[in-house]
Amino acid sequence: MTVETAVGLAVVWPLAGIGLIALFRRWPNVRETATLVTAGLLFAIVAKVILPAVMVGSRPRLDIIEVLPGLQLAFEVEPLGMLFALVASGLWIITTLYSIGYMRGHHEENQTRFYICFALAISGAVGVAFAANVFTLFVFYEAITLSTYPLVTHHGTEAAKRAGRVYLGILMGTSVGFLLFALVWTYLAAGTTEFRPGGILAGQVDGWQLCVLLGLYAFGTGKAALMPFHRWLPAAMVAPTPVSALLHAVAVVKAGVFTVLKVLVYVFGIDLLASTDASRWLTWVAAFTIIAASIVALTKDNLKARLAYSTIGQLSYIVLGGALATSAGVLGGGMHIAMHAVGKITLFFCAGAILVGAHKTEISEMDGLGRRMPFTFGAFLLGSLSVIGLPPMGGSWSKWYLMLGAAEAEQMFMVMVLMASSLLSIAYLMPVVARGFFRPPPEDGHGNPDSGSVSGIREAPLLCVLPPVLTGIGCVVLFFYADDIYRLLMGIVTP
Amino acid sequence: MTGSDLLARVSDDLPALQIAVPLLSAAICLLVRRARAAWAIAMVVAWGSFASACVLLSRVLHSGTISYAEGGWRAPWGIELRIDLLNALVLLVVTFICAIVLTASPRSLDQEIWREHHHKFCALYLLCMTGLAGMTITGDAFNIFVFLEISSLSSYALIAQGTTRRALTSSLQYLVMGTIGGTFILLGIGMIYMVTGTLNIADMAVQLAAVGPNRTVLVALACIGIGTGIKLAVFPLHIWLPNAYTYAPAIVTAFLAATATKVAYYVLVRFVFSIFGASLAFGELRLDAVLMPLAIAAMFVGSFVAIFQDDTKRMLAYSSVAQIGYMVLGLSLASVTGLTGGLVHLFNHAIMKSGLFLVMAAVLLQVGSTRLEAFAGLGRRMPITMAAFVVAGLSLIGVPLTVGFVSKWYLVMGALEGGLWPVAVLILLSSLLALIYIWRVVEVAYFRQPPEDAPEVCEAPASLLVPIWVLAGATVFFGIFTSLSVGLASAAARMLFGVEL
Repeated sequence: MTVETAVGLAVVWPLAGIGLIALFRRWPNVRETATLVTAGLLFAIVAKVILPAVMVGSRPRLDIIEVLPGLQLAFEVEPLGMLFALVASGLWIITTLYSIGYMRGHHEENQTRFYICFALAISGAVGVAFAANVFTLFVFYEAITLSTYPLVTHHGTEAAKRAGRVYLGILMGTSVGFLLFALVWTYLAAGTTEFRPGGILAGQVDGWQLCVLLGLYAFGTGKAALMPFHRWLPAAMVAPTPVSALLHAVAVVKAGVFTVLKVLVYVFGIDLLASTDASRWLTWVAAFTIIAASIVALTKDNLKARLAYSTIGQLSYIVLGGALATSAGVLGGGMHIAMHAVGKITLFFCAGAILVGAHKTEISEMDGLGRRMPFTFGAFLLGSLSVIGLPPMGGSWSKWYLMLGAAEAEQMFMVMVLMASSLLSIAYLMPVVARGFFRPPPEDGHGNPDSGSVSGIREAPLLCVLPPVLTGIGCVVLFFYADDIYRLLMGIVTP
Repeated sequence: MTGSDLLARVSDDLPALQIAVPLLSAAICLLVRRARAAWAIAMVVAWGSFASACVLLSRVLHSGTISYAEGGWRAPWGIELRIDLLNALVLLVVTFICAIVLTASPRSLDQEIWREHHHKFCALYLLCMTGLAGMTITGDAFNIFVFLEISSLSSYALIAQGTTRRALTSSLQYLVMGTIGGTFILLGIGMIYMVTGTLNIADMAVQLAAVGPNRTVLVALACIGIGTGIKLAVFPLHIWLPNAYTYAPAIVTAFLAATATKVAYYVLVRFVFSIFGASLAFGELRLDAVLMPLAIAAMFVGSFVAIFQDDTKRMLAYSSVAQIGYMVLGLSLASVTGLTGGLVHLFNHAIMKSGLFLVMAAVLLQVGSTRLEAFAGLGRRMPITMAAFVVAGLSLIGVPLTVGFVSKWYLVMGALEGGLWPVAVLILLSSLLALIYIWRVVEVAYFRQPPEDAPEVCEAPASLLVPIWVLAGATVFFGIFTSLSVGLASAAARMLFGVEL
């Protein structure tokens, strides 16, 4: 199999899985095995066939069809997309394991539809990762929006329907209103929408128009959840937890920031941005989003809502990294895609495990729960440390490079923003762990411990607990393997 | 004479047969008086017309414009049938929609029209098709009026077949409006005749260029604009359309929505470019300044009103008003890219809308109503039909890899090329309104439970499902493989602007 074929195969592979899932819908065990095998093989294709080629500097390209004159549907793998595809496909395996435990433990309905839409969304994410031009990226970006809509509205309740409206309204609204506009504009200005090292807009667009175009891209990518277009992410939390974990902490939101980063690097080009200061305003928007989202997170008692606002803040780290227009900033942003993904998915897995194991959603009800669910809360601690950015966690590296990038751009204020955000994330994440481990469990009216929290370990089902433990350990492992990611991403700044 | 000689003779006469065969078959349908037999005849004729349109198109592509002298009388004295890239494309769309809608019709007709009247329905349908095909391929301005009246009269009768009594008033309303429109067109043609002394379109253009812009020409353009505007349902001349589409039988709506307005658009384009000429119409007479505000108003008013409709058929009718706005906008951009957008949207909208209206026919057949609440639970009960609705609906919104995206791409690009970025913004904003009205239906179909006492509903019959999915599939197919639609539309637009191919 050539690498080019593998690239195409990686995009359509999850679709083949859909066939199997639909075929085996009457036998849940076979169905879930099909999903697992699909996910495993996808990861194998991405990691074993495509990654080695990209590591040695090749850029496998696959042209599918020219839809309109100058608008190719085509794939080309470069380091940033490689990393995103690795993260999405790798975490899909673990999330599938987790889904089995969660969906069965929580007695969810319509599980076949769930697994099918999940596979569709992953296919969309891989398509976004490998897109060779803005047009292809836009196609798969919309495919992700549409395929995740049934997941957000999975429960079919009135609340789910309302959340679905916000979700679709903001994501479709921004993408059709701004992103499509930016796409046409880019095409007219540059005569192409291909991603090229160094960008395609230098000398084609300048002055204030460059700022406007950047704004259309940044806000048009609603999935990046820049304020004020962030409301869809908290709304999406009505979905089952595996969806929140993989899609709304990894695949969907990372597709958004990945788009912004890729456009900054390969459409505008960081040299152009650095010389014109066109992205200066975007650093301020990102900084505002980082701080504001962290403060809102502090006020949320619902664990998933708090994590959602935390995600909004962390996504803007990546936008900030790109907007700084320095190579260290881009490296840090790219690295944060992976580091934050593993950390945040751990936290969401734990939130779901707490829901399945103890039926608790509010942080104020979790006193003493850590003694009953030590593995879950232990994993939560690991994930929290990584999101905060403390060593020896993977998250510390990306934050390091981001700060380096801000310093390189001589924007000390942004360094302070990053530090303040770390402090805020300690303030909103640590209380969860502290309550779980150090507060006594609540007592019922008779002075006895609450019947649900009798001593002894009572965790959620194994398949709900194992995944967060694995990803929690992954956060530590990434600390020691950050060098590999660094070497991969170096291909962006030194082509 | 050998068989191959006969075939060659027949194929030379294809332009004339395109009109004559449906006309004569209409009479035969009346004589047959048997529902299924009449339908079978109409089917053969409709698919035959489509095949002949394909042959004509390939011939135009291969060896240029076809000129056919009726009865052997040379133009400009005799009546000429003239097929170039523009009307070959329109003819292809019209005959295809005629054929596919007719294929879907039997079950739906059984429900809505007494079986004794089926043969009359088939006759009217073929007459309407004759008129539409005639308007499309004739090279004679007066003939356009004649065929317009044939198609109009038969469509009034078709609309009046609706099951409710409001079908009659709707038909009457359309008749009054349509007659006024036809009269304006006739007046316009008369004035051009006065100035040029000819009725042949190609000849008119030559004479008119020599005369130059004077007041008579200006008034003639105004009359043609108003007349075709009524038939095309350009805002604010659209008031006949929502009622006619809502109360006509579902099959008739699917047929007319995808053909009648498209041919009216063609007539407008033909008059503006082939008779008046782009420089006269846009440079001297400022047609673009009149049409653009109306088109934008149509895009917003149509979509906005559609959002508040409780009857989904009516909702789609208002959506048509908005979509016609896009086509007219493409014309008013007065550029090759803009007109390409308008023409490609003619092609694309015909596919999407006929598909959506056939979904309405299927729902009406199975549930008995097209009101919004009738869709409750259909996501589970009629999954294949509703999936087609979602696909065609997404295309209406303009999701990439569907035909709607292709149209929007050219329109936005045309606007930006002309430096009209506010127009580009408005195009994109209005397509979000489509998201709202389509998603209202999707939410009801997939989230609302049907009431307890609702009768059991099952999937539509295959005779409807297959045409529905041919059309829904086409919205995706032509969204990816655009060489046919975009290739023809842009070649036609370049031809009309006189840009070298």
